[in-house]
Amino acid sequence: MATVTTEGTVGLGLRRVSASKAPDQNIKKSDQLAILVDISSCIGCKACEAACAQWHDLKPPLHTEEKLFTGYQSGPGLAPNLFMYMRFQEVEMDKGLVWAITKYQCMHCADPGCLKACPSPGAIIQYTNGIVDFDHSKCIGCKFCLSGCPFDVPRYDANNKPWKCNFCVDRVSNGLEPMCVKTCPTNALHFGTKEEMLIRANKLLEGLKKRGFDKAAVYDPPGVGGTGYIYLLPHGDKPEIYGLPKEASISPLVSLWKGPVKLIGSIVLWGTLLGAFLQLILFGPIKVGKKEKKEG
Amino acid sequence: MTNGWNDIKNADLVLVMGGNPAENHPCGFKWAIKARQERGAKIICVDPRFNRTAAVSDIFLQIRPGSDLAFMGGLINYVIQNKKYNEEYIKHFTNAPYIVKDTYSFDPATGLFSGYDPEKRKYDQSLWGYELDEKGMAKKDMTLTHPRCVFQLMKEFYSRYTPEVVEKLTGIPKEKFLEVAKLIAETGAPDKSMTHLYALGWTHHSFGVQLIGSMAILQLLLGNIGVPGGGVNALRGHSNVQGMTDLAGEGRFLPGYLKPPKASEQTLKDHIDANTPKAVDLSMNYWSNYGKFYVSLLKAWFGNAATPENEFAYHYLPKIDKVIAMDEILDRMYRGKMEGMVSIGMNILASNPNVKKISEGLAKLKWLVVMDPFETEMANFWKYVQDPSKVQTEVFLLPSAIFAEKEGSYTNSGRVIKWKYKAAEPPGDAKDEFWVAGQLWNRIKSLYQKEGGKFPDPILNLTWNFKNPYYPTAEEVLHEMNGYALADITDEKGNVVVKKGERVPGFAVLKDDGTTACGMWLYSGVFPQSGNRAKSTDLSDPSGLGVYAGYGYSWPANRRILYNRASADPSGKPWSPKKKYIWWNEAEGKWVGHDVPDIKPDLTPDYGPFIMLPEGRGRLFAAQLVDGPFPEHYEPFESPVENILHPKTPHNPVVKVYKSDLDLLGTPDKFPYVATTYRVVEHFHYWTKHIYGTSALVPKMFIELPEELAKELGIKAGDIVRVSTARGSAEGYALPTKRIKPLVINGKKVYTVGIPIHWGNEGVVKGALANMITPFVWDPNSQTPEFKGFLCKVEKVKA
Amino acid sequence: MELTRRSFLKIGGISAGSALIAGLGFDPKPAMARVQGLKISNAKAVKSICPYCSVSCGVIIYTLTDGAMNVKPRVVHVEGNPDDPVNRGTLCPKGATLKDFINAPNRLKKPLYRPAGAKEWKEISWEEALDRIAKLIKDTRDKTFIERDEKGQLVNRCESIAWVVGSTIGNEEGYLWVKMGVALGLVARETQARI
Repeated sequence: MATVTTEGTVGLGLRRVSASKAPDQNIKKSDQLAILVDISSCIGCKACEAACAQWHDLKPPLHTEEKLFTGYQSGPGLAPNLFMYMRFQEVEMDKGLVWAITKYQCMHCADPGCLKACPSPGAIIQYTNGIVDFDHSKCIGCKFCLSGCPFDVPRYDANNKPWKCNFCVDRVSNGLEPMCVKTCPTNALHFGTKEEMLIRANKLLEGLKKRGFDKAAVYDPPGVGGTGYIYLLPHGDKPEIYGLPKEASISPLVSLWKGPVKLIGSIVLWGTLLGAFLQLILFGPIKVGKKEKKEG
Repeated sequence: MTNGWNDIKNADLVLVMGGNPAENHPCGFKWAIKARQERGAKIICVDPRFNRTAAVSDIFLQIRPGSDLAFMGGLINYVIQNKKYNEEYIKHFTNAPYIVKDTYSFDPATGLFSGYDPEKRKYDQSLWGYELDEKGMAKKDMTLTHPRCVFQLMKEFYSRYTPEVVEKLTGIPKEKFLEVAKLIAETGAPDKSMTHLYALGWTHHSFGVQLIGSMAILQLLLGNIGVPGGGVNALRGHSNVQGMTDLAGEGRFLPGYLKPPKASEQTLKDHIDANTPKAVDLSMNYWSNYGKFYVSLLKAWFGNAATPENEFAYHYLPKIDKVIAMDEILDRMYRGKMEGMVSIGMNILASNPNVKKISEGLAKLKWLVVMDPFETEMANFWKYVQDPSKVQTEVFLLPSAIFAEKEGSYTNSGRVIKWKYKAAEPPGDAKDEFWVAGQLWNRIKSLYQKEGGKFPDPILNLTWNFKNPYYPTAEEVLHEMNGYALADITDEKGNVVVKKGERVPGFAVLKDDGTTACGMWLYSGVFPQSGNRAKSTDLSDPSGLGVYAGYGYSWPANRRILYNRASADPSGKPWSPKKKYIWWNEAEGKWVGHDVPDIKPDLTPDYGPFIMLPEGRGRLFAAQLVDGPFPEHYEPFESPVENILHPKTPHNPVVKVYKSDLDLLGTPDKFPYVATTYRVVEHFHYWTKHIYGTSALVPKMFIELPEELAKELGIKAGDIVRVSTARGSAEGYALPTKRIKPLVINGKKVYTVGIPIHWGNEGVVKGALANMITPFVWDPNSQTPEFKGFLCKVEKVKA
Repeated sequence: MELTRRSFLKIGGISAGSALIAGLGFDPKPAMARVQGLKISNAKAVKSICPYCSVSCGVIIYTLTDGAMNVKPRVVHVEGNPDDPVNRGTLCPKGATLKDFINAPNRLKKPLYRPAGAKEWKEISWEEALDRIAKLIKDTRDKTFIERDEKGQLVNRCESIAWVVGSTIGNEEGYLWVKMGVALGLVARETQARI
């Protein structure tokens, strides 16, 4: 994760900060950024997956255990040391076989459920360019960000710190494109402003329709206010074959606490913190069991 | 490649057959995607598996491994029967009008061409030539109606390949075949072009060269050779496979596709006469310069010891009767006929067929030197036997530097020579091959100086003109490859064009009188006196066709598309404004265009565009191939079905059959399924399993099999299964898939099993060596093993 | 109602989240944030070519240090060269992990020698190794050299040493090794052109 400091005048503008009032939007401005994933040109080569790990100096999991076989997929899914991975699924459709291969990572929602769920001030921030980032120095390891995430993204290290794609905010803020986009060999990944990416997506969509993909669609789920990653899906009526939720939205429970629950919060607070403290002392940190998926 | 990577974007149709570029050349495949995005090109993928190229193709056809020639025969037949060929093109640019001698014949019943000797398993190829007139020119019938003209012979030959026969042999339904044939045939229009992309999926057959020949025929018929977005494009394998092929890594060549002398060619004159073809038509016949290139090579290698009096030290070159290629090396090794082996960056144990035979062969060597960045299976072969103390081979494993740790050039498969700079030092005591060559050569030389020995002359006189002979630099070597003048070189008018001691501007100035030295004529021009053009990085592309003339240097003479004169019609006008590339400028009397013309600039349009051939015309009929002048369908050596075209000659009749106790072939009763080996994009050969990042992407060896077959055998995803053949077995994780369907071949259900190759005994991740199971069967023209299409059985080992 | 791990976390989230914010009353209002600098901003960039397939993608290798004499440069990153027309900055997964290749901990760092019949490798110096290899090449060549064939024709060849030069090495090294092989009279020469 990027080391973030929220002081000084040099840096990216902030749009939202977890558990905090909205930053002043009149100071900095920037374009909303987006990555377009054109599934119709994606060969599933995992160059993005590899490049992501290399840029972020990650040591991705090496699954040699005999009981776990995930075929073409590098493993069962995201991990604290794997910010993105390629999902593979074989689906028989009316017009024949489809090998649905999807780049999967944090979607950088415009309305980020993780940030909304986060109780720790400043642990999750959303820059004015739309990138959603974590600040581990302010994270208390409660894992609520996962509960808030409609895409099941953050993964936790041994100290309960969450990890995920940060849109290569270090590269982007230094004038470079995200590593995955730069690496993609078949031009399936595009990077630019959200506006530009939508224009490009719609142009490519026209081409797909001409090629007979009449159900093709752009995936930019409104339930989360749109996303920083948008997808061009050849079979847009069935986003689930690509492992994308048909209706992505933040759980209503997450927004609940902003209202009436807030009043009773302080009563619960000390009990919760005490409980968490005792848990840590007596049993160590809570571990979340990884969901295992077997996909071809 | 005839055309090059960037040119793929100019195609109207991309036919991927015999390769899987999305997986094996992803960064080159982007230009196919570009062609679709920007020109609406269609991508067609014909493969035994729905692979990652198929995943983004417009049309995918699943073909039975080893039946590709039937499909190609069907396409050729379709194009001829429906008159979709470019008639002007074939009349003027191919040998279609040539009259073939009446000693040529083909018997469809036996599947044999005339002149077959079953004892020697050889053809008498001299029976297949053209009829020549009194001047030695090929007789032609420009109406293409003579019953023995190439066109008519071809038409008759391929008439057997009807859509019904294609379906019976390949498993591709007739309607699907016709849908694709129609699209392909449409590219015969002058304003359209189809590019063909292939790699080892076509070469790895006992008829690999014939397959490529069949595509050359199809592309010539459609007029797709020499035009932007066309060509027959070998995507090839390793980073510098093109360079090492050009440089004669293979013993059947000397650098630049010159030939090593035969024993029968006792004098230099014998050799040059035998290898300098005589034009049989209006042709530049560029190989008529063979002698100039040859003498320049001898001067580059043997310097002052090469004199006109001693035939430029011609006798220093070893003379061969028989090419000892990999198949022969491995077989001789197994028969105990090899004493030593030096292997620089190869892992022959893992990458060749029939690992057991190779392993036993290595154990019979007296000594083995392996240079590699990693501990390879080949170097460790003695560890895998029960009792290593019985292996008497002395083995050296030398740590090598890798690409980033040394300077020099690579030639990509688009023939572009590019420079790389040194970025890091090798780890520990690892050394680069310049240093090792310098150190080793000086030691060998001084041993011969001190002790004498057998025929020391070529060793003692080999030029080694490097500032530090123990550590040559890349540019010093490139200087010798490019060539330099040993005396002032003058043109016809007597003007000095190259001063003595300067590097030559290109191969056109090379001489056969000993006044030029050139170690690699084909690359001559890469390093002229003005500087190293492999380093050039000019990104201008004025035509917008992806012709980056200032980026790197493309052999020959910086041409980006070969045979590009054929992009204009016989009179020299572009076939279509859309495909304008090289054309004849009448006013100036020369060829001009977007690329370096692949013909002498002032040679009139009546000369043929295929300048390296004595015909000057592309060959639809190639008497030079040892297994027949027209490509014919033969079954792989292990096949689940009979050859319905000619059951008596099921296989390629001239393939050498090895007969040692380990050269076993299976039959369908015991081994009912067709197997094919291949690569995945995340790995490279047996190399990336040593590397963490790539190993994590696909850590486990797996076996792909149709879901239907898995069900029959009670196999689930993740079970450990064993694939066995007559040679051995390999285990891996089962991956039942919808992407390989059972096929119906002439009424019989046939299953295909897929085996990726990347694992072995050493590395970050380990797994079975796929080549435990592959057959020791080789293409007779190119000596490439038959990895695609052999017989296996599958069983569950562990759930 | 079956409580899955995730929904349990969600419920927990409400209580603790609301508790924390209301209890502590944190309310910072930063307007901007600074992210870490680019890890390659001061690294030396060197142009190279990917060593895997025959597309020959241009790559840029980033090495850490400014070249000061006391430092051994270390490769920290490799990415595509955007100015190479063939790949325009893109790479495949193999090319994208070149840093792991260059820095692989299992790279060979010493010459190893296995005498006839031995069960283990032992380390050997380059000097010793090269002396011995030169001797072996000469001995085998001299012993098996064929000056004339059965027909009495001069052939000057040696068939018993295989000279196998892979195709991952550059043109210039490759040329030197081919030249050496032919000068030794070796005819069993091969490369990785077909497999």
